[in-house]
Amino acid sequence: MKGSGPPVATVLVASTVALTSSSSAEVQHVSFSTTSSNQVDMVIVPATTGQMGVLPGHVATIAEFKPGVLSVHEGSETTKYFVSSGFVFIHANSFADIITVKAVPLDRINANLVQKRLVDFTLKLS
Amino acid sequence: MALAALRREGRRFAPMISPRPITALRSSPLAPSLEDEGPIGVRYISTQVVRNRMKSVKNIQKITKAMKMVAASKLRAIQTKAENSRGLWQPFTALLGDLPSADVKKNVVVTISSDKGLCGGINSTSVKISKGLHKLNSGPEKETKYVILGEKAKAQLIRDSKKDIELIITELQKNPLNYTQVSVLADEILKNVEYDALRIVFNKFYSVVSFVPTVSTVLSPEIVEREAESGGKLGDLDSYEVEGGETKGEILQNLAEFQFSCVMFNAVLENACSEQGARMSAMDSSSRNAGDMLDRLTLTYNRTRQASITTELIEIISGASALEG
Repeated sequence: MKGSGPPVATVLVASTVALTSSSSAEVQHVSFSTTSSNQVDMVIVPATTGQMGVLPGHVATIAEFKPGVLSVHEGSETTKYFVSSGFVFIHANSFADIITVKAVPLDRINANLVQKRLVDFTLKLS
Repeated sequence: MALAALRREGRRFAPMISPRPITALRSSPLAPSLEDEGPIGVRYISTQVVRNRMKSVKNIQKITKAMKMVAASKLRAIQTKAENSRGLWQPFTALLGDLPSADVKKNVVVTISSDKGLCGGINSTSVKISKGLHKLNSGPEKETKYVILGEKAKAQLIRDSKKDIELIITELQKNPLNYTQVSVLADEILKNVEYDALRIVFNKFYSVVSFVPTVSTVLSPEIVEREAESGGKLGDLDSYEVEGGETKGEILQNLAEFQFSCVMFNAVLENACSEQGARMSAMDSSSRNAGDMLDRLTLTYNRTRQASITTELIEIISGASALEG
């Protein structure tokens, strides 16, 4: 392990308040803001070069990530979030900062709704 | 009621005598009461002017009180957003530090101000700081350009620094502020303006009564490299491995742009909060002043009214006693 960090990694997630669109009631949109910081065992980040696992003692890194699923492993439980793109800074003292614009816990996302809106927006774009 | 009847009696004499109101008006434009003097010397004092003033001051008090309430509710809505957005730029500062003293050739000062007025002195302080930065960073081979957000700063800066202004953006708050809008804005700025360092001037919201003008500095990747080589806070930036992308420079470029949009988002929100807070306190002091003025005018009005009644009474009674003999 590089550095004498404690055997846990501290993760700091920063994301903005996303559009709380109260008009379109069917949108189960992001309302996840604020920084949350906890001590976890491992984080898997969807980096541009692929899935990157971050454990305590990871080498200091700056990585960009593309939209995908971020999973936070704490003991035996895993929490998954969908994140839009952003950056992750891994510091040498086993601290990791994850900065993204939107982060939604996966259980808040309705799959059918997402599919429907994907179709809608693809139509709008073309 | 008896007094009113007596007053009516007194007034019945007045039309028979021709008063000269116009000259009386001209002689005492600021006096709260009007004295009309007829040729025989009958006087009656008009309190119309005072009454008009009282009505307008009362209306102003109502309006400013309402504006204060509106500002308070808007502040509540936007305050949580601003406080939450603070966490967005903190990791960047933890990694890269904030170096306001970085000496660069091309400075860009982004001044954030409000579109509407009546918000106290916050826009003037922002403009003062921007001008100060301009002066600080002027010298041979160095240049400072302005990017202006908001009507108020535009009005002040366009007077003497017209040639230094690159971009003007207004009507920012037409729709509720969100990250997408600000990132489009940041994109525009980054595309059109050449920069070595971006200095964002805004009013940071500490509490409802305290707004501190702040400068956040975002450096371009080349300057970050230069500062990293010279040691100091950024010295250990090289120890960070950069994943992904073709070159390190590409990732650092993305990093700088993302940092700029995050810092802008926070700055815009904080400035909006400060604007509402400043408007609250300005409108509050304004309605208090209006209340004081109303009290003073009421006293004057009552004094004038009582004096005129007394005068009429005296005249009628002395007239009646003269008739009796």
